[in-house]
Amino acid sequence: MTHTLTSRPSTLLDQVIADTPGKAMNLKACLQCGTCAGSCPSGPDMDYSPRAIFAMLEAGMDEQVLKSNTPWFCVSCYHCMVRCPQEIPITDIMYTLKRRAIAAGYYREPSQENAAEFSETFCDFVENSGRSFELGIAMRYHLRHHPLGAVKMATGMGMKMLSRGRMDITPTRIKNIDQLKSILKKAKELGGEE
Amino acid sequence: MKYGYYPGCSLEKNARAYHVSTMAVAKPLGIEFVEVDDWNCCGATEMIAIEKIPAYALVSRNLALAAKQNGSTNLVAPCSACYLNLKKVDHYLAENKQLKEKVDQALEAGGLSYQPGTINVQHLLETIAVDIGYEAIKEKVVKPLYNLRVAPYYGCLVPRPANMERFDDPEHPTSLDKIIKNLGATVIDFPLKAQCCGGHMTQISENTALELIRRLLKNAADYEADMIATLCPMCQLNLDAYQDAVNAHFGTNYKIPVVYFTQLMGLAFGIPANELGFGKEIVSAQPALDKITEEAPKPVRTRERGKQHTELPMPTQAEEE
Repeated sequence: MTHTLTSRPSTLLDQVIADTPGKAMNLKACLQCGTCAGSCPSGPDMDYSPRAIFAMLEAGMDEQVLKSNTPWFCVSCYHCMVRCPQEIPITDIMYTLKRRAIAAGYYREPSQENAAEFSETFCDFVENSGRSFELGIAMRYHLRHHPLGAVKMATGMGMKMLSRGRMDITPTRIKNIDQLKSILKKAKELGGEE
Repeated sequence: MKYGYYPGCSLEKNARAYHVSTMAVAKPLGIEFVEVDDWNCCGATEMIAIEKIPAYALVSRNLALAAKQNGSTNLVAPCSACYLNLKKVDHYLAENKQLKEKVDQALEAGGLSYQPGTINVQHLLETIAVDIGYEAIKEKVVKPLYNLRVAPYYGCLVPRPANMERFDDPEHPTSLDKIIKNLGATVIDFPLKAQCCGGHMTQISENTALELIRRLLKNAADYEADMIATLCPMCQLNLDAYQDAVNAHFGTNYKIPVVYFTQLMGLAFGIPANELGFGKEIVSAQPALDKITEEAPKPVRTRERGKQHTELPMPTQAEEE
């Protein structure tokens, strides 16, 4: 398989490069040194290390990449990114892979632990009120996926947070939510990946 | 000095202690914060995982509102995730023309516009360490935090990534160390000071998160820290509210309070603890605060390195009587 810089994005590798800001082009110069894998705090829980993911992208193993839990287990600590000798924006690439996995409908694999749905629940609250709402997000997400966990949270940590005045019972809504909704609506229309 | 202020969702409630103590120390430091009117959530690490352009547009609305309200100015975010999102969007809008065109159109749908570079995004740590400076902090100290052993915890998103202009080292930052030292406290060696707290993994894969939290607590305990000082609501929440869960999961018994560095600054400035949000932490900071003494600790003598050898030490045989 050959990659040329001028051709239309076709492979997942090309799409990822096109859709990640910064020096994503450097992905093609990955040395496979493994510094990213060695720096990754959640690496042990990933299906494939970031280094392996980049090798798989190069090898055209698109489906395995998108079905893996790797991007969803990225904790966004940016250690790999500051250590990469080729200055590949690894963390930003992980975000792109998440979006690609959603677009391809590959994000409901059991190993991914419903991570995408957590993000979606979070975004739902933000889009509708303009602010994050911890209690609502936690309740809606956990009741759906780990009902036991929801009960544990509500009775244990949730109570401690509430009693210390650290949790809102109702969501806060920004004044000009209509403006935000118009902006996001337009952004979604334009939001198709390159 | 006047600064724009973007509190972010956490500081509204969960990290109220951070907001309250930030406001309390701003006054003696001569900082005037003007909150961005009607700001919205920055999207944390979630929005960008779902849709790209909406994630950029969401953050851009805040930049546009800040510029409209305060003109070209510094915008301070105390939350690490808010700070990075604001800074990153401003940076990539300047760098990527296609991205900017789309974000421009989205903002226009809301009657707003933003020119990248108009706003200089700062984290609160940067404002205090760089703009205000350590000397000015020291001058305000009336109740030094003598004998309080503090682990300075930076987390991830303030020191990293390093592809934008940064004020501290990406892996071995020291600005928070210096602030705490100038408050009279003892800054402990904390090798994991810039390691991850697990972020949102507590919600997705608790075991992954608990292990990351355990490492940090163990590291602080190994170096006999009385408390951990943080600058991020997510880090505070994970280390504080999940400490019980870590203890239950690993059979440990950590009781390390996690407070915001601004709370410690306030204490040293002589502001009463109840005006600084103390008491909101789940692992109580009181036992640690009780250790503060009026007398400065005696300087720790570094272990004498034995006799001054002029040559390499060699094993000697016991002399026979």
